[in-house]
Amino acid sequence: MPYGQSRTIGVLSLVAQNATFHPSFTMTEFPPTAQSVFAGLPADVQWAGLRFSREVTTHRLVRDESPQANATSVDAGVMCEVLVDGHFGYAASSDTSEAGLQLAFARAITTTRASSSRKAHAFQVAQRPPSQGAYRSPRAQGLDASNAQDITQCLLAASAAMKGDARLVSRMAHAMLIQTHVAYYSSTGAAIDQRFDMVELKLSAIAAQGSESQTRTWSQTGQVGGEIFETEAVVRQAKRIASEALQLLEAPNCPSGVMDLVLMPDQMMLQIHESIGHPLELDRILGDERNYAGWSFVQADDFGRLRYGSELMNISFDPTRAHEFASYAFDDSGNPALKQMLIEGGILKRGLGSLESQQRSGIEGVANSRSASWNRAPIDRMANINLEPGDSSLEDLIGQVQHGILMHTNRSWSIDDYRNKFQFGCEFGQLIEHGRLGAVVRNPNYRGVSIDFWNRLAGVGRDDEVHGTPYCGKGEPSQVIRVGHASPPCLFRGVEVFGGQA
Amino acid sequence: MSTSDFSMQTSLLLDAMCERLFPNLQAGEDVTVSLEAEETLYLRLNNNRVRQNTDVTQRVLQIRYQGGGRTIDHGMNLCGQVDADCRSIDAVLERCRLDAAVLPQDPFQVPVQNHGSSREVFRGQLLAPAALIPAIVEPAGGCDLVGFYAGGVVISANRNSKGQNHWFETENFFFDYSLYNGPQAVKSVYAASSWNARDWAANLERSKASLLLLKRPLQSVQPGAYRSYFAPAAFADLLGMMSWSALSAAAWKQGHSPFKKLIEKEVQLSPLLSVSENFGMGLTPRFNDLGEVAPQSLGLIEAGSLRNLLVSSRSAKEYGLQANGASGNESPRALDVAAGTLGEQEVLSALGKGLYLSNLHYLNWSDPVSARVTGMTRYACFWVEGGEILGPINNLRWDESLYNALGPQLMALGSQAEVSPEVGTYSKRSPGGMRAPGALIDTFQFTL
Repeated sequence: MPYGQSRTIGVLSLVAQNATFHPSFTMTEFPPTAQSVFAGLPADVQWAGLRFSREVTTHRLVRDESPQANATSVDAGVMCEVLVDGHFGYAASSDTSEAGLQLAFARAITTTRASSSRKAHAFQVAQRPPSQGAYRSPRAQGLDASNAQDITQCLLAASAAMKGDARLVSRMAHAMLIQTHVAYYSSTGAAIDQRFDMVELKLSAIAAQGSESQTRTWSQTGQVGGEIFETEAVVRQAKRIASEALQLLEAPNCPSGVMDLVLMPDQMMLQIHESIGHPLELDRILGDERNYAGWSFVQADDFGRLRYGSELMNISFDPTRAHEFASYAFDDSGNPALKQMLIEGGILKRGLGSLESQQRSGIEGVANSRSASWNRAPIDRMANINLEPGDSSLEDLIGQVQHGILMHTNRSWSIDDYRNKFQFGCEFGQLIEHGRLGAVVRNPNYRGVSIDFWNRLAGVGRDDEVHGTPYCGKGEPSQVIRVGHASPPCLFRGVEVFGGQA
Repeated sequence: MSTSDFSMQTSLLLDAMCERLFPNLQAGEDVTVSLEAEETLYLRLNNNRVRQNTDVTQRVLQIRYQGGGRTIDHGMNLCGQVDADCRSIDAVLERCRLDAAVLPQDPFQVPVQNHGSSREVFRGQLLAPAALIPAIVEPAGGCDLVGFYAGGVVISANRNSKGQNHWFETENFFFDYSLYNGPQAVKSVYAASSWNARDWAANLERSKASLLLLKRPLQSVQPGAYRSYFAPAAFADLLGMMSWSALSAAAWKQGHSPFKKLIEKEVQLSPLLSVSENFGMGLTPRFNDLGEVAPQSLGLIEAGSLRNLLVSSRSAKEYGLQANGASGNESPRALDVAAGTLGEQEVLSALGKGLYLSNLHYLNWSDPVSARVTGMTRYACFWVEGGEILGPINNLRWDESLYNALGPQLMALGSQAEVSPEVGTYSKRSPGGMRAPGALIDTFQFTL
């Protein structure tokens, strides 16, 4: 679930640069500290791993043409991981000195020994391949070079561009810049160095009058550099959303009824995330998440057989797509990441499961053992889950609709714990009558049941867009992770659509 | 290390950081320092066996720098070694000054003041892993138990360059778990500051008894409007939506409070409903992220009318309001819903015919202007007729305005309010919780 997106955005984690540990990772160099710590581990440790992580996050938030927050954080530490008697266990510490690593390993070993006689499954060293390699986000301009002044000027210009009508009561521009460096070493020789530059740039215009209020947003996310802060382009988006927020204020409520639905890529993202991504996670299918995020309607024997959607539906796990949020070369257990098809021609083929889940379930999976930070153990996560483009233009899709609605940009999301019954709301709707786009409507919502809904897929656009969210929540202890979703616009037939209260 | 060692080391480290930082400040500069530290054991169980165990030791220092009318926040993990951490904090101060030199003035900056000093320490008695794991799983033998244990010490401290000094430390645990029987399940939490085998066994027995009710025949309930009883955990979930912008003064002023009509007195909630921030529950510190101390109790909704919004000192400055110790995000930290008169024994007869809901799942505003919320039923939810539980239901989606559900449709509140301990562990273990009774709602809309 993208957990508490709005809740999280308001609470800026306070963050720092140039602080604490920064190991000198170069690819060929296995740090001597790791070597000596591994060498000192007791004989019952069958395998050990070290995952150093340092993430610098900077938030810059401007509201109503004034700085609202400038917050940087450095989240740095190490996860020590052991395999004892077939059970993987973990201890995390922000003390990355040799003594700190030894202490953390001692804790991991104590708890793992205590747990291993009651382990859920017996694992082997094979679930931690000794991979070696490196990854670096593609970007034109380093984020280091994007200084506070230039970014703030860009955000101030965006906020100012939304000004001009007294009904625009909140004009927000928010940039989150993330630089992550993860270095992973194991006692069997894994040595992986991955560096990520990521940005989320988000604009929000709230128009209010009387008791009515409408919000319109625009965002861009992904692995990019400072080149994203191009003031002219950002200002253009700011003007558009301000104007659309005002249109929504005047617009009628979305009509209710069963009708055809065209979803734009910034809502397809959520539809894919909630009704495909989560139900295909093998740890959910295996029951690990039943106490929190939930189980899944997908059963182990559905793989290779289940008709998930119409023949137009092709879904990939693609960690190789440039600039998408969750591209990487290896997952956090050292598994090399490749593009894999999850659903082909509407038939379910493959699950979202790590080497551990593959071993437990016997189902084919992907490289998706991912952790939110140095202080969390990896679990089965989405990464980039994409809907592969088809061959229709947007005009073709709209042209096929006699009576329907087109929806842009997610604003409300909810689905049950088996991932069946969903209800999603969008910011901006437009009626479609006789193959043409018509009036703007506000509060557009729709609901359905996952498999039934995907079998209503009747058209897939040819031009996809890359979207994503930094806020997908899951796991015990809980983890928020970044995911990417690329999709073209899509047409669904006969969906239950409704509006807000009049 | 023992709890007192961790606590002592953390306290000494914080002293060292403040002693390094405060004397280095120049005229016109002030700093607020807050520390969140924990030494936590996490255990994750599936099918009554351990799936993952993680020990986490961390100390996160957050610094708010105010200088020349600019406000800059910086956070960092302390590694625990004084020299290295001092070097880091020197670098952070320099970095703040560099940022401040190029940023515009912050027009709503609140001057740093000394909001006093406080010290609260709650010590517990927790089991080591070798004793804890059998203590959890042995009484649950034969059950398909899925659960999550989080236990240890959590510290929250706040100091500033004007002399303020707050320390809150609590050592406790929760075990949040579900019992499954095929697709049917019940949910409960056992939380305390020391593990008590008898209390755990009693908690587990109650869950097993609920699981038996789920063996009754499955009831087919079509979407529609039904009278519904929300058990305390379910009602806490529904009221928890209030922490998502509804009671925030800034959200109201910025045009996106889902309670705008309530705040502006276009609508009233039921006179049965009174909600307060109550730090007397002792679950969470009274001081906020700036060390400002909230009143022990603050009425938010009294007899259905809005009494106070949560107002941070920043909002107070921007909008000319009176601050009331709210944190920067203006979310409630100790929500307490006053109990009513409906006794536990009378719940089923008062419900008569309708739905008994133990838990809810995945709530979200579906139409904020009308305070409408959607979500799902989850875990032990039943169809009741003639005041008797006939059997479990397939989970239903609902979509209803809080103005209806907590307004004219609210018929009664339970006579016993129960604490739902905070079980949030995003990035760190968060102490806290809220208290709510059950609620009987006359008509509630189920849509799918």
